[in-house]
Amino acid sequence: MISVRWLHWADLVLPPLVALAVALVAGDLLILSYGQAPGSVWRLLLEGTWGNSYGIGQVLYKATTLTCTGLAVALPMRAGLFNIGAESQLAAGAFATALVASLLPTATPLLLAAPLCIAGAMVGGGLVGAVPGVLRARYGAHEVIVTIMLNFVVLALLNWLVSTYWHVPETLHTPTITSGQMPRLSQLFPQFHGSAANWSWLPVALTAGLVQWALQRSQAGFALRAVGFQPLAAENAGILVGRVWRQALTWGGALAGLGGINFVLGYKGYYEDGLAGGAGFLGIAVALVGRNHPLGVVAAALLFATLSQGGLAIHALVPKQMVEVLQAVVILAMAMAVPEVRRLLRTALTPRRRAP
Amino acid sequence: MTDSSATPAVRMTGIAKRFAAVQAVAQADLSVQPGEIHALCGENGAGKSTLMKILCGMNGCDDGRIEVHGQDVTGWSTARAIAAGVGMVHQHFMLVPTLTVAENVVLGREPLRHGLLDLEKAVADVEQLCKQTGLSVPARALVAELSVGQAQRVEILKVLHRGARVLLLDEPTAVLSPPEVVELWKVLRTLRGSGTTILLVTHKLDEVMELTDRITVMRQGRTVAVLQTPETTPEILAEAMVGREVDLRVQHAKRAGSRGDVVLQLRDLRVAGRRIAEAIRGISLDVRAGEILGIAGVEGNGQAELLEALTGLRPVLSGEISLNGKNINALTPRARGDAGLSHIPEDRHERGLILEFSVADNLVLGQQHHFGSKGLLDRRAIDAHAQAAIAAWDIRPPDPQAPVRTLSGGNQQKVVIAREMARDFSVLIAAQPTRGVDVGAIEFIHDRLRQARDAGKAVLLVSAELREILTLSDRIAVLYGGQLVAVLPRDACSEAILGGYMTGLGSTTEAA
Ligand SMILES: Nc1ncnc2c1ncn2[C@@H]1O[C@H](COP(=O)(O)OP(=O)(O)OP(=O)(O)O)[C@@H](O)[C@H]1O
Ligand SMILES: [Mg+2]
Repeated sequence: MISVRWLHWADLVLPPLVALAVALVAGDLLILSYGQAPGSVWRLLLEGTWGNSYGIGQVLYKATTLTCTGLAVALPMRAGLFNIGAESQLAAGAFATALVASLLPTATPLLLAAPLCIAGAMVGGGLVGAVPGVLRARYGAHEVIVTIMLNFVVLALLNWLVSTYWHVPETLHTPTITSGQMPRLSQLFPQFHGSAANWSWLPVALTAGLVQWALQRSQAGFALRAVGFQPLAAENAGILVGRVWRQALTWGGALAGLGGINFVLGYKGYYEDGLAGGAGFLGIAVALVGRNHPLGVVAAALLFATLSQGGLAIHALVPKQMVEVLQAVVILAMAMAVPEVRRLLRTALTPRRRAP
Repeated sequence: MTDSSATPAVRMTGIAKRFAAVQAVAQADLSVQPGEIHALCGENGAGKSTLMKILCGMNGCDDGRIEVHGQDVTGWSTARAIAAGVGMVHQHFMLVPTLTVAENVVLGREPLRHGLLDLEKAVADVEQLCKQTGLSVPARALVAELSVGQAQRVEILKVLHRGARVLLLDEPTAVLSPPEVVELWKVLRTLRGSGTTILLVTHKLDEVMELTDRITVMRQGRTVAVLQTPETTPEILAEAMVGREVDLRVQHAKRAGSRGDVVLQLRDLRVAGRRIAEAIRGISLDVRAGEILGIAGVEGNGQAELLEALTGLRPVLSGEISLNGKNINALTPRARGDAGLSHIPEDRHERGLILEFSVADNLVLGQQHHFGSKGLLDRRAIDAHAQAAIAAWDIRPPDPQAPVRTLSGGNQQKVVIAREMARDFSVLIAAQPTRGVDVGAIEFIHDRLRQARDAGKAVLLVSAELREILTLSDRIAVLYGGQLVAVLPRDACSEAILGGYMTGLGSTTEAA
């Protein structure tokens, strides 16, 4: 017997798989149009990512940031809000964590420095996220507009701060931090040598699990989901809808900000202008493909990281922009797959009529 | 009117439909003659809505055969059903609020001129249709500004404009005030006179007796009886629906205990309206423990605003609301709930339930902070709570994890009432508590309300149905134009007396 629960999972998981299949076909056609054999290009893409430890490390590094920005979109989405501000929230988090790290005495023990720097990153991103939250709750200002505008404002502000007050001459980055560095994975596993992979993935993965757990098991998560589905009914049930909006966007910003540690503490050791590099916007796609489900976001982040890293690997055969086209195809296919899969599920479950 | 020799307008045979674990319809047969008004009756969850949706192409069926005017149309789509003249008016309206009545009616079949919408023609068409059918709605008004009754008329017009010869109505009167119901009956009779076939679902037996030609009764997905209305009685009908005898006598059970202290007190309450500056214009009222106080009134006289002010969803302009002697003007809805105010909202889909949530989650909605500690949810306690409520209220299907959306309308209502009556309250505000529930369940809900009263709770009953107010209340207040024009003991009331006050004709009586 097909249970409701099974249906629920099929509804969550099938659309991304369909979208992926569509992207694969589109990719085949693209590759053929360049006169290459799809099989060999795909093999190259996989070998360059999951086929060696350097590739795995790079995918892991990229997925870590994308998980954060994906969560930053997914969590507010569960409250019915669309956060387009992950790009600037990520940058603000990175800036804040660099600031905290530089304020700490040199060589502060990691077990003390890491939590402080992580908290700094989340506060930095959270502050940027709180602005649209407050404006939405208090004045009804639409969060989409506010977060888009804030992206410009915050990125310009950070650029000004760095270029005017706090940079290494001739560069657009801050001085290298002297405490709070996340060790590289290669320190423990030498085979990762050369990749940017670092231990930031651990707090990020824990956070994703925590968000999932909080959504399902906490009273705040219950309230947030209720608001996301039906704000009027939630209000009737005594849930303060405005407060939930504020919290959801603030936490969304904090999650994007958390992604800042990956670059600053784990990779370069400093804040650099433009470090977000579109990872914030890609978070929207990650949340979409991950069905706004924290664990789905992790999977989707790994997928997009694989595509982005794989682009470099296949560059010899086809232009690396091909993977950007593929990402776009995944997103479009996803948008179409959701209603389509739902329709198919419905008809597939209806037993065929007897022949007349 | 019923000519059994003619080809039936609708003939459904051996229809079956299963949703995951629930067999919603099994072996259902339905035959409707052209030009008759046919009622589909049955308990909550019997499968009435599902059968109608199958007929109008919204749902497929697993088995069976559907014929319309003699043609096999099994498994058709909504679009083809509309083209063939079968149209359904849903209980939850599907209108575009920002468009005018005329635009809504012609939507999808717009009259064009030079490739553009010919608005004047649309308005003329709609006005013409109004005249033909006796449905009166201002064609140029925005749908957002209409009352529920008017919005429903627009839905009917929409279906008729597409040329429907078979009109399906799912619980059309559940949301209407009594005068609007009378109006609808007139329209339906006119339509029947012009040859339209009408199939409607309703839980109100007097409506069925008054209006219909024949009745098909469903029980647990099956059609169990077809009755000729003139040859039947409400008792026979109820028995066929429920499968046991039902006591339909309107009886007013006096309260067992004595009236207690004042638990809910309103002092010169003024509340702003949704569209007008002041919807509640100075109300003072005492509600005592151990009484059911009914608020009668034609919808739109301030009921909605009064309820919102009491539950904390709408700020008061001036005056005072006190609960158990404490002023609660400034309390949030949640704090009011914790202070002993329970509330059955009138619109379960909009305000009462989170449709995507499970039955179990909906049963704790608003009290989730009492199910668990330190900000967490105690899933086991929530589940146990759900099991108990499902058993106590006979909620079907008895699955705590089923999304509430998949329950039938009446069972959804039971979830709301079960939740609100399970909490620890001293005052229960019950707005349209039996809207959309079947006869057996109405009896049951009324009993529970009386039990609450006898246990020393105060119940404030707001209902559009005078019958319900008269059956349950110990005292009755009449709301007219935002003021209480009368507060009378039950024994001094009758439908006629209340009707006078409700239309503003009665003289003002001193509040009790
Ligand atoms: N989409 C759905 N998914 C799962 N179950 C459903 C769905 N729609 C209806 N059901 C189930 O089918 C049964 C019949 O439902 P239906 O809505 O037809 O009842 P009804 O006779 O209209 O009842 P009511 O008088 O309460 O409106 C119910 O048990 C309901 O829970
Ligand atoms: Mg129904």
